[in-house]
Amino acid sequence: MKINGAAALIKQLEAEGVTVVFGYPGGAVLPIYDAILDSSIRHVLVRHEQGASHMADGYARVSGKVGVCLATSGPGATNLVTGIANAHMDSIPMVAITGNVPSYNIGTDAFQEADIYGITMPIVKHSYLVKDVEEIPQAVHQAFHIAGTGRPGPVLVDIPSDILKAATVYKAPDGPNLEGYKPTVEGHPRQIKAALKAVRAAKRPIVYSGGGVLRSGAAPELTEFANRLNIPVTTTVMGLGAFPEDDPKSLGMLGMHGTSYANWAITRADLIMAIGVRFDDRVTGRKDTFGSQATIVHIDIDPAEIDKNVPVKIPIVGDVKSVLRQLLAELDEEPIDENRDEWFEAIGKIREKYPLDYDDNGELKPQTAIRLVKKHAAKDVIVAVDVGQHQMWTAQYFGFHSPDRMLSSSGLGTMGFGMPAAIGAQFAAPDRQVVCISGDGSIQMCIQELAVARTNDLPVKIFVINNGYLGMVRQWQEMMYSRRYSEVSLPPDAPPDFVKLAEAYGIRGERLTSVEQMDRALPGILADKGPVFIDVRVTEEENVTPMVKPGGSVSEQVEDEV
Amino acid sequence: MKITISALVENKPGVLTRISGLFARRAFNIDSLTAGPTENPEISRMTIVATQAAHPLEQIEKQLHKLVNVIRVTEMDPDNSVGRELMLIKVHAPPNKRIEIFDIVNTFRGKVIDVSRSTLVAEVTGDTDKLRAFQELMVNYGIVEVARTGKVALSRGR
Ligand SMILES: Cc1ncc(C[n+]2csc(CCOP(=O)(O)OP(=O)(O)O)c2C)c(N)n1
Ligand SMILES: [Mg+2]
Repeated sequence: MKINGAAALIKQLEAEGVTVVFGYPGGAVLPIYDAILDSSIRHVLVRHEQGASHMADGYARVSGKVGVCLATSGPGATNLVTGIANAHMDSIPMVAITGNVPSYNIGTDAFQEADIYGITMPIVKHSYLVKDVEEIPQAVHQAFHIAGTGRPGPVLVDIPSDILKAATVYKAPDGPNLEGYKPTVEGHPRQIKAALKAVRAAKRPIVYSGGGVLRSGAAPELTEFANRLNIPVTTTVMGLGAFPEDDPKSLGMLGMHGTSYANWAITRADLIMAIGVRFDDRVTGRKDTFGSQATIVHIDIDPAEIDKNVPVKIPIVGDVKSVLRQLLAELDEEPIDENRDEWFEAIGKIREKYPLDYDDNGELKPQTAIRLVKKHAAKDVIVAVDVGQHQMWTAQYFGFHSPDRMLSSSGLGTMGFGMPAAIGAQFAAPDRQVVCISGDGSIQMCIQELAVARTNDLPVKIFVINNGYLGMVRQWQEMMYSRRYSEVSLPPDAPPDFVKLAEAYGIRGERLTSVEQMDRALPGILADKGPVFIDVRVTEEENVTPMVKPGGSVSEQVEDEV
Repeated sequence: MKITISALVENKPGVLTRISGLFARRAFNIDSLTAGPTENPEISRMTIVATQAAHPLEQIEKQLHKLVNVIRVTEMDPDNSVGRELMLIKVHAPPNKRIEIFDIVNTFRGKVIDVSRSTLVAEVTGDTDKLRAFQELMVNYGIVEVARTGKVALSRGR
């Protein structure tokens, strides 16, 4: 039977198991929007294509599936760019589908033509410009395979509109058939042995784990590994929840705004097990001093991460989950039984002396507000954050005890990510509680997606930690530019009035101004069956501490010796 | 230090852009890049000569390998590979100098492929050192233009 290219695309999306697509129509994708009417796939109409890309991202983080966004040519496609870059930096599986001008017009500066294939080349894992209608199913199949396997990432599929309209007979792809793409899954047995030998020899080992653990679904294996070896664990922002933060072995987050004891411990460690991480500069600070006393074991699925930022003694290339299972199997044979009392005691002393804390004076401080959300939220609440101080305070004070619950734009630091990501998460987990913790600056970058929360009756709870500032920038100006504030003020009573704004979208708006009021109001807010937008008026000039200055060394944070 | 990388890539649109973009983005300096079909029309070979600067060679290779269209990447070991480059060079050659220049071209096993009233074009093939030596000799006569293909290379044996 003859169908058109758009119908073949939809058929292939169904074959890939896609149930929801976030998108926005336009001229070049009219054939897709026509074909989707006859499909079981749910289309979520966003209000800006950037929102679609972040929703697909949030959906992917929670569901573990490939998120899909869809946009028209030209401005529709360029509006996806930030979200694609964001997914690329955080290794999130995503397929972005764009229509383009008819292929006979490509290269003529036709109406709404943008070379999205070229524009996105540096920020995708791979991309397709489909020039033959027969190739659509295969290209889409490869796109999903590439996005979702190995180190995940975004894949762009750009299809000119004449190709979407052309007649074809759908032919199911017979596998991805990619000669140049074969991710390594199992770790090399020799490296597994070498790693355990290093653990055996270590007196002060530490696990430094990140997003790779969550992407590979390896939180249980990581926890078992750390428990059986009795090793302290610190995580990156991307890795929060990979290891329960209420376990005494957890040192919380490391890096620029990490805990003093995590940064102290990683500096004094003689063995660093780096698992699903990439030694980002926000984590390592100055690279030459990071882990300089340690043997570094690095487990990652992407061979290009090995030795990229920090030289590594024992690399293990492979999927984190598989490698951890291999390590555990070896441990069955030859267990390691160490109490490491001295090491834990030393870390404990630093923790006692420099706890993660702030001056809680009873005012509604941002940290207190976040703790209150935590206090009243469901145990398995999903938290999407935006970018800034509130993001770091959430990372520091929320306490994530299980994986895939903290959604943060960590690599790109995209203000505007939070609310659409929360919406995407709610589509992935309709029965779970989803909250967004945003800032008064960030929330305004994708505010239009409130309409999506309303029209789809999503019970997301959006907390704006309103400090009247682009707080993180203000903090840097305070600390590094002697408090010469430049363009960082967003006075809380200046426009918009967030409560009225929420109400204009048909959403319940609340304003909370004191600890007592917040404590009292939260149960009702969280129990609401619909979306709620909460303007939380917090103290203004609070700083995120501790802090390693950019370019500084994590070892400088706490100088104490063992 | 200069390194030579040979990459087998799928002959697909955009591959060249991906590779040159990768080098630019990761701040690897390309000295030359050549591409052409192999015995299999679906596969091309690229030979890339790069200057190893901030990033170690391994990192370049691994980043290349990450590209989905790249099938194989090998570093060309200078002792175990052969590399050649073709140079076309146009020099001033008034009648009284022509014989001299012809002699030099012959010595370098090159060919004069065009002669005009005041210039000639010579073709020379060889490794980088040989081309450099030849070019230096031509400086005396006055070089008008130079075009070079960039190096192509294959490993020895097997
Ligand atoms: C799109 C974008 N533009 C600019 C920045 C730079 N930036 C980082 S944090 C920040 C301030 C964020 O303010 P707000 O959302 O109010 O959060 P706060 O720090 O006050 O908690 C800015 C402007 C960014 N990360 N993303
Ligand atoms: Mg703010």
